[in-house]
Amino acid sequence: MAGQRMAGLKDATAIVGIGQTSFAKQLPEDERTLACRAVLAALDDAGIAPGEVDALASYTMEETDEVELAKAVGFGDLTFFSKIGYGGGGSCATVAHLATAIAAGQATVGVAWRSRKRGSGARPWTNTTRQLPTPAQWTRPFGLLRPADEIAMLTRRYMYEYGATRDHLFNVALACRNRANQNPAAIMYDRPLTREMYMTSRWISEPLCLFDNCLETDGALACVVVSRERARDCRRTPVYVHSAAQGLPAQHHGMVNYWNDDPLTGPAWTAARHLWKHADFTPQDVDVAQIYDAFTALVPLSLEGYGFCGRGEGGAFTEGGALEIGGQLPLNTSGGGLSEAYVHGFNLINEGVRQLRGTSTAQVPDAATCLVTAGEGVPTSALLLRS
Amino acid sequence: MLSPVTDTDGAPFWQYARQGQLRVQTCADCDETRFPPRPCCPHCQSFASEWRQVSGRGRVWSYVFPHPPLLPDYAAVAPYNVIVVELVDAPRIRLVGNLVSEAGAALNSLSPSRIRIEARVQVVFDADGLPQWVLERP
Ligand SMILES: [Zn+2]
Repeated sequence: MAGQRMAGLKDATAIVGIGQTSFAKQLPEDERTLACRAVLAALDDAGIAPGEVDALASYTMEETDEVELAKAVGFGDLTFFSKIGYGGGGSCATVAHLATAIAAGQATVGVAWRSRKRGSGARPWTNTTRQLPTPAQWTRPFGLLRPADEIAMLTRRYMYEYGATRDHLFNVALACRNRANQNPAAIMYDRPLTREMYMTSRWISEPLCLFDNCLETDGALACVVVSRERARDCRRTPVYVHSAAQGLPAQHHGMVNYWNDDPLTGPAWTAARHLWKHADFTPQDVDVAQIYDAFTALVPLSLEGYGFCGRGEGGAFTEGGALEIGGQLPLNTSGGGLSEAYVHGFNLINEGVRQLRGTSTAQVPDAATCLVTAGEGVPTSALLLRS
Repeated sequence: MLSPVTDTDGAPFWQYARQGQLRVQTCADCDETRFPPRPCCPHCQSFASEWRQVSGRGRVWSYVFPHPPLLPDYAAVAPYNVIVVELVDAPRIRLVGNLVSEAGAALNSLSPSRIRIEARVQVVFDADGLPQWVLERP
């Protein structure tokens, strides 16, 4: 093989099917049933029979395991299955692991999924019996209890260091809500947001208010990944996985990243360096983005990390309608975790696919490239998709 | 209120805290401090460490005011403050804690208007040996 370059992941695989259940604060069916529905919908969208599936990927927090899913929907023999940790940080990595396995010849048809009843289920932080001693011993006794508190701490420091304001965070919440208002599947479809509503809403953890926090949702989503050759025979226009990355920076601490030299440069920076190194285009060439938004403040941090602006400029970047349709970087065009559904970021993947198929309810004209990111502030992952 | 659920690496921190001492894990070979505690030094990979006492002086690096929904004990005193303190003796060591009016006082004992980033603080300990922080110039 001397002189030959390793093929790598670039455009070697494509997402050819997406599926999802409805989203609601409470759905009657259990997580396993919802997972089956989403997976079968994605396979139907692709025009691929369940018996052809030989690879799976999901989150470690996913409670529907491979065995249960496989025997329920009738998968064939599985030769690759993978689960990724760190909650919403694993969303894009599910697709990345499938793409890697398929490009390496370990599998041919991969399904990624996430099913979660976070709307009707318990809030994870209320569990006081199963707390990991590291780092909970350093934070929870002092009342830093919830993800919102942990990220609010970074947000305050971010605002202090760079002069970012609540109006910048509102710009993020508003862009997501405006797109949700165009998307009948979104939980906030018929609920517009105003600046006055935002500025007078109750605090969750100052400086984060109610509208800085994602929804609590029941729902499930899935997508299907195959090789580029196989993709040409599928029912839908292929959406190619152009570049994919995970990111766990040196000396990082998930969620409570207070204990290193530079807490405001998080996993996004690490994932971005790998992502762009293997891409044929740059941040300036991204037509539309789906940026993980469990909290509004993660968006300016991610905009900096993925290179859409300089360090400390993420707040200012949101000004002037930059995140809206027609703006510099339209984002979270189905409403995101803030206003469509919070299913650990999987809805961002499906919306990225719809944008590149040209079927979004808030379509960016001629969108040909889309960045999808996973949770910032935890070990993360990201995908560059192209049509 | 939740008590620290300690692990092997963290236990010495809490033992010293119960004696009214703030100590930070320090590499016995290259002298670098590290937090949270861990089995070996990320700088020189040495497994030898010691617990070095620090002055307990620090500066507020950031702070939040949690509001409900919270666990019941915390909801009862909400909104309260949670701060991150950067130690003067070891600026990269930052500890999560609460800024209170005096040792042993409640999480909401200090007026929120007194709290700002860069404020100088000093460690104190409550009756259970939990570190707390008071303003250096009250
Ligand atoms: Zn050392």
